[in-house]
Amino acid sequence: MSADASPPPRVEPVSVLTSRWREPRAHDLDRYLELDGYASLDAAFERAPGDLVQLVKDSGLRGRGGAGFPTGMKWGFLAKGTGRPTYLVVNADESEPGTFKDMELLERDPHALVEGIVVSSYAIGCTQAYVYLRGEAGFAGRRVARAIEQAYDRGLLGRDIRGSGFDLEVVYHRGAGAYICGEETALLSSLEGERGQPRLRPPFPAVEGLYTAPTTVNNVETIATVPWIVRHGVDWFRSMGTERSPGPKLYSVSGEVRRPGNYEFPMGVTARQLIMEAAGGTDEGTRLKAWTPGGSSTPMLTAEHLDTAMDFEGVQAAGSLLGTAAVIVLSDRQCIVRACLNFTRFYAHESCGKCTPCREGTDWMRKILQRLEAGQGREEDTGTLKDICDGIFGRSFCALGDGATSPIYSALKYFRAEFDEHVRGGGCPYPGARVPAGAHQELP
Amino acid sequence: MPLSQEALEQARKLIARYPRPRSAMLPLLFLVQAEEGYVSPAGVAEVARLLGVTRAEVGAVATFYTMFHRRPAGRYVLSVCRTLPCRMRGSDEVTGALLERCGIELGGTTADGMVTVEEVECLAACDGAPVLQVNYENYERTGPQEAVHLVEALLQDEVPPPTFAADGAVTEPSSAAASWRLAGLGDPPARLSARTAPGEPDRAGGASG
Repeated sequence: MSADASPPPRVEPVSVLTSRWREPRAHDLDRYLELDGYASLDAAFERAPGDLVQLVKDSGLRGRGGAGFPTGMKWGFLAKGTGRPTYLVVNADESEPGTFKDMELLERDPHALVEGIVVSSYAIGCTQAYVYLRGEAGFAGRRVARAIEQAYDRGLLGRDIRGSGFDLEVVYHRGAGAYICGEETALLSSLEGERGQPRLRPPFPAVEGLYTAPTTVNNVETIATVPWIVRHGVDWFRSMGTERSPGPKLYSVSGEVRRPGNYEFPMGVTARQLIMEAAGGTDEGTRLKAWTPGGSSTPMLTAEHLDTAMDFEGVQAAGSLLGTAAVIVLSDRQCIVRACLNFTRFYAHESCGKCTPCREGTDWMRKILQRLEAGQGREEDTGTLKDICDGIFGRSFCALGDGATSPIYSALKYFRAEFDEHVRGGGCPYPGARVPAGAHQELP
Repeated sequence: MPLSQEALEQARKLIARYPRPRSAMLPLLFLVQAEEGYVSPAGVAEVARLLGVTRAEVGAVATFYTMFHRRPAGRYVLSVCRTLPCRMRGSDEVTGALLERCGIELGGTTADGMVTVEEVECLAACDGAPVLQVNYENYERTGPQEAVHLVEALLQDEVPPPTFAADGAVTEPSSAAASWRLAGLGDPPARLSARTAPGEPDRAGGASG
């Protein structure tokens, strides 16, 4: 952050993607229709598909799955005139640590996804879409499967949807437990019945994706946002958020806060408003020590960075990434080395094994962190950790390896002394690093 | 034959769902797991035959994903999240309490085939930390004591309601039934509801209810 920056202005929460979350029956088609559900279909079918792609481009909608790539531009890259089908694949494999927005959306408002799929498919000329939903999501799985079934029964999927002449089939497909399948090319490998390993790009999925046909892979929240843009227009969408990061956004807040949960704000809400106000601040008697802006794969920030605007540019300026907008809050009870060990074990477990730097490096780092925690750390360990990070970052096919370096780089940047303490003090100085289970404050 | 006649018909339906048969790989492995309680060697061979690929190719896929069991899983698979938001809320104590109560090692199954306890990575429900799943349905904010009460009920074949029961969430009556649903086949047949893992007499421990 630049030194002279004044904190971004306060913003009020919005209720767009969450507008039906408090409606207990919104998951059911009848109730969803009463709540103006599927209203975007008629608005969409009146327009030419290309106009809708342009609309999404003009809206400035950026992908909500982590990378923030402009959605309309991604659709615009789809190869045309190939004689092959165009596929829409919905990435519902949400598994970035700290992220739980897509699951709640699918549990409470599954038709929002189906409606988004119909409109988006029409826009890009897709007649066969896939929903790749993570396996462990029991409740969301039931809800999505039922919503698709209901949509077929009422002619909202299938042949000649609402007399438009537009046909669309949707296949519901479950993952089987692999974080890496949230990476779009790994997801496509998995959907083709392979191990979920990323593919080299180019060719990008827009040119050679599923079954080597032009494919767009979009996140659940992204697709669920499209109908709102179709119904209410670009100006309305851009009335929220910032010039380069417009629109409403779901933020997941977890960790040691009093009111963990999903919160919807215009893009650019400050971390302070999100953590200290919406989520109620850290647990009683604790102070904020560190937080991730976008899941474990984004560099941690500190209390110094609470005025960061939570949009793509703001978080980048603070030295991190917005990622999935999943804020994990650590209080001063937490040992940073132990937190790094937990995240690093995650990456070592989830590395698909394709690229050597990521496969080997994540496990080396896990071992070093383990011995630091156990009181067997060596003076050179912090240097070695940094060297290993340098050897992983930018040297693997996909973002998993880069993500694995984020906790370590940032912990070394802000909490270097704590690593040294582990070496010199012969182990972890935080006996009480773990708080008792279920120690949440009750919701007001 | 690892797949019954009924399951074979379902398998053909799954294969027909995709432009290329191999896309049915994960659904078929879930189907095998529903029928056999795990991804058995015979099941791997059957999937290879159905898809026209080698057993090695099927095995390579099956071992890549954490939800495919390589030995028979209990009727109730308990998955404790071990990623940071849950760990900060004491999920290691939850795992410890469950293992102690069941008298098993991590990943093990009670001798009566009722309960398997495993640790898994982030379950995307971090506001409910610590999160525990039974057959992939969430039991959120479940501390060690609540977890022990839960597993004691399960060992008696009683399934307490999951966190979102009032909203319509339902815990599958068996891990086999959960696998059937994961195959993308909708409601599981009743015969899978009461499926327990075949006993493993060579394994030590395993306190039953």
